Amino acid sequence: MTGKIIIDTQRCKGCGLCVAVCPKNNIVISEQSNRMGYFPAEAKNTGCTGCAMCAIICPEAAIKVLIDNNIVAVETGRKSKAGLTEEKV
Amino acid sequence: MKTVFERTPTFKNRPTHYCPGCGHGIVHRLVAETIDELGIRGRTIGIAPVGCAVLAYDYLDVDMVEVAHGRAPAVATGMKRTNPDKIIFSYQGDGDLAAIGTGEIVHAAHRGEQITVIFINNAVFGMTGGQMAPTTILGQVTTTTQQGRQAVGDGHPLQVAELLAALPGAIYIERCSVHSPQLIRKAKKAITHAFGLQLENAQGLSLVEILSPCPTNWRMTPIKAIEWMEKEMTTVFTLGRIKG
Amino acid sequence: MCGNEALAEAAIIAGVDAYFGYPITPQNEITAYMSRRMPEQGRVFVQCESELAAINMVFGASATGKRAMTTSSSPGISLMQEGISYLAGAELPAVVVNVMRGGPGLGNIAPSQGDYFQATRGGGHGDYRTIVLGPSSVQELVDCMPLAFDLADQYRMTVLVLADGILGQMMAPVVLEKKPGRNLPAKDWALTGADAREQHIVRSLWLQDGVLEDLNYKLQKKYQQVQKNEVLCEQFAVDDAEIVVVAYGVAARIVRSAVNKARQRGIRAGWIRPLTLWPFPTEQISDAAEEFRLFLTVEMSLGQMVEDVRLAVAGRAPVVFYGRPAGGVPTVEEILEKIRQCSIPENRRLHRRLPI
Repeated sequence: MTGKIIIDTQRCKGCGLCVAVCPKNNIVISEQSNRMGYFPAEAKNTGCTGCAMCAIICPEAAIKVLIDNNIVAVETGRKSKAGLTEEKV
Repeated sequence: MKTVFERTPTFKNRPTHYCPGCGHGIVHRLVAETIDELGIRGRTIGIAPVGCAVLAYDYLDVDMVEVAHGRAPAVATGMKRTNPDKIIFSYQGDGDLAAIGTGEIVHAAHRGEQITVIFINNAVFGMTGGQMAPTTILGQVTTTTQQGRQAVGDGHPLQVAELLAALPGAIYIERCSVHSPQLIRKAKKAITHAFGLQLENAQGLSLVEILSPCPTNWRMTPIKAIEWMEKEMTTVFTLGRIKG
Repeated sequence: MCGNEALAEAAIIAGVDAYFGYPITPQNEITAYMSRRMPEQGRVFVQCESELAAINMVFGASATGKRAMTTSSSPGISLMQEGISYLAGAELPAVVVNVMRGGPGLGNIAPSQGDYFQATRGGGHGDYRTIVLGPSSVQELVDCMPLAFDLADQYRMTVLVLADGILGQMMAPVVLEKKPGRNLPAKDWALTGADAREQHIVRSLWLQDGVLEDLNYKLQKKYQQVQKNEVLCEQFAVDDAEIVVVAYGVAARIVRSAVNKARQRGIRAGWIRPLTLWPFPTEQISDAAEEFRLFLTVEMSLGQMVEDVRLAVAGRAPVVFYGRPAGGVPTVEEILEKIRQCSIPENRRLHRRLPI
């Protein structure tokens, strides 16, 4: 897997847009509700490419997207001034 | 692993009151990212509308003011004329800008006020429970057009972008949408361009009209809502750069 | 100078940063004058598309900490009521001049005092007050401008200056000079860009339970401070007067002549002239409300300030009204005749029983 997403399941409102746009069918709606009473999206993280389509359409900006260190990052529509930050995941 | 996408600082990290699948959250993020990427948080003042986005100041971490329904372009004029070095933007819905506020937006554009206007078009009055908006499309059922909007009596949907493009003082008008990631990226570019024009001291008003889903008042799921936008809304409201 | 231009120049001397206006008779001299003088001074002038826009441009400029004003006449001021309510809720300073004309509706362009209710009862929605000044000479109108801006900034309120078509158009010599103003608090709430600080929000919507109620109590405390400290009122020959005439603005000038004539005829008349219509000089009038007095209120209207006089007198003395609405200007003779009638003992007994 080259990419990984972290969904803030307590922030998610279960709108399902990320599920619809993921090209790898990597996201499902959970059977468990969160503290707000929504059924949030959950990442299966199998085959995630880090394309960030889910994060781009998420109205809550509840998804963080990461990719392997040795992958050259593609333009995701958001340029960070600090560049790509290294993270231990 | 490295992060390729995370929340930008000016988009406050807190739950929003917006419905699941509402487009406001997406556009707020794009505006916040633009402000952070251009490095203008310290000189930006935003104007929140009357509408669902009235609490935009709880989500966008810049100086903001909440004003009377539709009056944002006049307030923006007062702010920009007395503070030409500040970046002034208004964020308005279709009730605010295309109904009660038509006088104010037309004249701000007519005078060529150096402001940036983000216009959210979701074809209904959201805040008040889904009444017909000037941008409601023909045949669309709302609480005040329960048989569907009729051209005779209700009028045709208002094409704000084309209307304002006729004014010389409006220098950049683009209509975007947020119903797919590709279109969201384009919307981001348009918003960045609109703010950039103000940064360059361009002589005129920029407006980005953004088609946005309102699942609750359209009585659809978020996924059905974006499908409806693709199938129906974009045939009435043409996407693309109208001017500039 | 004519009153309209004099008040405009006085505003410039008082440091107004921005003027937003829309043409309406009888105050068009102000917009024309400002369109020339403000750019000369490097300040902002905008002729707006409507009075709705004008008051909202004032709102915007004020929210960024600038001194902003607009002027209009009665129908235009009606349009501004929404904006004034928002200014009150957001606690923004503003100066609005109403050069009153005849109403209701489109009315006429003659002078009138028919907007007293609109001004002092807060023509917009909600529990709020605006400070209201009612000058009665061009010089006083000029002196009201720096006072208005200082009061607006000090209390974060709208200050309404009530002129009328006569004051606006009349020519008079004036002294225009910059006087030292008050010590004013810094505008640390202003929207200036959140540079290295937390965001500032200017708002009037407070949905959470109890929050708006608290804001209203806070506003009320502020208004009580204004009532305590800012009343301005003049009086003449009240101490031994049997008839006290209460009037403001242009009506007060005519009353002054009438009272002088009454005195010459041996009638013990005096006058009280409020300059601040809100806060109303309730105390001064109440102090004068002895049983042997009669209060005659004279206005260029069907009787609006007379209600405040009645409230202040609180039933201790008869309160009588004389006025002419919608462009009618009472003459000295008319007022003198009314004073004479009031001084007849039989009439006084009648007045005591009948509310007029």
